[in-house]
Amino acid sequence: MLDKSKAADIFDKIKNYSTADEVEALFYGGRSALTRFANNTIHQNVAEENYGVSVRTVFGGRTARASTNKLDDESLRRVVQASESLAKVQHPDPELLPMPASGGQKVSFPIRYFDETAAVTPEQRAEAVHKIVSIAQRHKLTTAGIFATAESIEAIFNSRSLSDWHTQTSSEISITMLAADSSGWQKANSPNVAHLDAVTLGEVAARKALESAAPREIPAGKYTVILEPAAVLDIVGFMFFDFGGLAILDQRSFLNNRVGAKIFGDNINITDDVGHPLQSGAPFDGEGIRRQRVHLVEDGIVKQLVYARATAEKMKRSEYKEKVGRIEPTGHGFPLPNEMGEAPMNIVFGVTKDPRTVEQMIASTERGVLVTRLWYIREVEPYEKILTGMTRDGTFLVEGGKVRHGVRNFRFNESLLHMLSNVQEMGTPVRASGEESFDMVVPPMKIREFNFTEVTKF
Amino acid sequence: MSMRHIADWALNVANLRGASYADARIVDDRSRGLATKNGKVSHASDGESLGMGVRVIADGAWGYAASDDLSRAAVEDTAAHAVAIAKASARVKQSDVRLAPEKAVTAQWTTPYQIDPFMISVEQNIDLLLKVDSELRSVAGVTMAETNMNFHREEQWFVSSEGANIRQTKYSTGAGYAAHAFAGTEIQKRSYPTSYGGQWQNKGYELIQELKLVENARRIGEEAVALHQADQCPEGAFTIILEGAQLGLQIHESIGHPIELDRVLGMEANFAGTSFLTIDKLCKLRYGSDLVNVVADARQEHGPGLGTFGFDDEGVPAQCTPIITKGLFTGYLSSRETAHTIGAERSGGTLRAEGWNRLPIIRMTNISLLPGDKPLTLEQLIASTDHGIFMQTNRSWSIDDKRYNFQFGTEIGWEIKNGKRTRMLKNCSYSGITTEFWNSLDAICSRDEWTLWGTPNCGKGQPQQVMGTGHGAAPSRFRGVKVGSAFRGN
Repeated sequence: MLDKSKAADIFDKIKNYSTADEVEALFYGGRSALTRFANNTIHQNVAEENYGVSVRTVFGGRTARASTNKLDDESLRRVVQASESLAKVQHPDPELLPMPASGGQKVSFPIRYFDETAAVTPEQRAEAVHKIVSIAQRHKLTTAGIFATAESIEAIFNSRSLSDWHTQTSSEISITMLAADSSGWQKANSPNVAHLDAVTLGEVAARKALESAAPREIPAGKYTVILEPAAVLDIVGFMFFDFGGLAILDQRSFLNNRVGAKIFGDNINITDDVGHPLQSGAPFDGEGIRRQRVHLVEDGIVKQLVYARATAEKMKRSEYKEKVGRIEPTGHGFPLPNEMGEAPMNIVFGVTKDPRTVEQMIASTERGVLVTRLWYIREVEPYEKILTGMTRDGTFLVEGGKVRHGVRNFRFNESLLHMLSNVQEMGTPVRASGEESFDMVVPPMKIREFNFTEVTKF
Repeated sequence: MSMRHIADWALNVANLRGASYADARIVDDRSRGLATKNGKVSHASDGESLGMGVRVIADGAWGYAASDDLSRAAVEDTAAHAVAIAKASARVKQSDVRLAPEKAVTAQWTTPYQIDPFMISVEQNIDLLLKVDSELRSVAGVTMAETNMNFHREEQWFVSSEGANIRQTKYSTGAGYAAHAFAGTEIQKRSYPTSYGGQWQNKGYELIQELKLVENARRIGEEAVALHQADQCPEGAFTIILEGAQLGLQIHESIGHPIELDRVLGMEANFAGTSFLTIDKLCKLRYGSDLVNVVADARQEHGPGLGTFGFDDEGVPAQCTPIITKGLFTGYLSSRETAHTIGAERSGGTLRAEGWNRLPIIRMTNISLLPGDKPLTLEQLIASTDHGIFMQTNRSWSIDDKRYNFQFGTEIGWEIKNGKRTRMLKNCSYSGITTEFWNSLDAICSRDEWTLWGTPNCGKGQPQQVMGTGHGAAPSRFRGVKVGSAFRGN
């Protein structure tokens, strides 16, 4: 494991090898392992250890980056030279800021490293998979999925004496249960492996597979839908790159001309908060600036954007400066140089006044569709934020307040503006994980007039 | 110390710890990425990565371990770790892993290239990108211009306990750009040579010279702006003509993925999904019309696709497998482990890994729709179409997890009336069911219109791996396709 002391020694060497005005080093890597199963068998089982450093140099407004996972002296010298060679041939950028001397105040932060997660063995992962397979076999199903664990480091040093270090562990279980003509799915992750319950996840996935068997086709159209948390995060995740200041300046955001406007329902409140107890990740951004808590949406109104340092400076001089709310570096920048600027990546939905469980949402629904998971979501139209995708692994008809039967999967084409203006009920936000977007703290949602446009064959 | 010696350390330890099979891949990877946005360099980076992955079978099950440390102690630890993982895997197995036989060879293979892209000065490349950027932004109404250029070199040593010893060096190059136009309540975009990173091939810098980047920039900028005045694509059943790059992605999603035998066998069920192409359909399913001939061809003679190589990542030589023959489904993408499930005596040679730290899995090679036999240009195809829509350049793509129902959007379209390209259309989309769509094909342009397109960003596997794939295609015509439902109800 690369530790802070060794990384600091390597950065000293990098500084010595560099002739640049300024130099920055990002360290990354760790140990990870993933046990993968399918057809009730462990069919892939991998482990990896890898550490690297990415060096950014600056010569009079010109900057570039080079990276290597070779940490011997000769390789470090070469990566510094590569970064400098790339930087020197750039055109000077008058908007490039000096590297920060400080990332801001370091406040208390949740512990995200757990020894028991780092210590999980292949045998322990196999034992958990054995329990999942046993559930599948008991229900005459086959199962596929993963059990993964990792420990990782993320660090930044620069020649103005900024340094910051983050280490964390992660664990994840994802399970698909397959029957002849149906399937069910569950997934959970946590920095602390003790918070994962393979048996409960397996039982829920199995129940969904069994209850959605022999799916019937119902016509496409607008339905009330109940989206479980993983389905919510996978679809809403497509809008958060538009909450960066540079997206507005580039005129590529659906929030152009909409900051300060009410674009979602009163019940939509969204914060970016890396310090939230259910969140994960490092407390600093790609330049080493400490991540702030930012209220992105309050009562359906877009209140604030997130900013890298340079974007905030640029925004203050722009035609939008009076229209975008508070402008300040918020610690959401990507490593420089980059095209995207910044984005909020630690999304937390607000708690509604009257949270409902999924079961309560079902009970209050006369006719609707319960959705476990969404799949292959892509943006169809960027300004109305129309997204397409499919339902998957457990889609049910709800009638008369009860789940009636499984239905064939739908294709949706739905505007996020429309969807988040039509949320009738919400649950308590939970840490959720999908496949199309980054992890978030999101509630299940009951939404009216969700737009299904086609039905597939299963 | 040679890479062969380092690999042998791993194989020896794997053997001593009880592995019945082992292979070691050492990969030395180098990349360069350059990008501009609105007249400035937005990205300039070099990257390198070196490490080794050891794959073993012990107690009849797989184990894989990888490390960036090539010291003897670390290599031996990695090999021992791989065996320990395999033995843990064996606790949850239904049967022992079987590998189809493959002759072990000693060989070297390198991507044929004319100009080493890493020898071209960065200044020259940035100047070219900024010139394109300037052309794009010279068009009034273009609100954002983006360009990119990427080079990749991968050197790999593959050594197996069966005696294989293969050194392979692959180069790939990619470049492209996009003009965005925001006005009113719409963001429109045009890209060249295609979207999401442009064109990629296993070539050297000569690809950049062939792409005519500057020459097309102004037209692309003008089209992005003109889309704001274009009519909305209508909804209904239409004849459509797809240009080659969009058709390449259609092949990728609705032929390339369903024919992956690991998906068919349920090995990807938790993430990428399964496939409607169950084994009982082999040599029985009418996949497309009689004109549809598709191959999976990794050989150099097929062309410089991102799926071209000398050997796959378990030492199997590049091959050509007929996938669809005159419309009949005739073949899968297979590996040494999966070949026996379709009665094949040998792997189809499609196992590839993203790098040293990833386990090789079945990946598309070059999945190509062969061109039509009879001479037919795009203009002749349009001229022979009474009424239809010509769609160009992908904007969105989505398909279900069995690969039946798909929906694609394109950046631009034109209505065809009485054999002539007429009004421009915006927000074009089409959707359908895979086999119904391919059976509706009634014309394919000939070889002169055929291009081997690169898809550099195909995601699959857990942990996820990104791989480049190739797709040869010529503009083709499809009848009675559902158009425009992406915007229904919105």
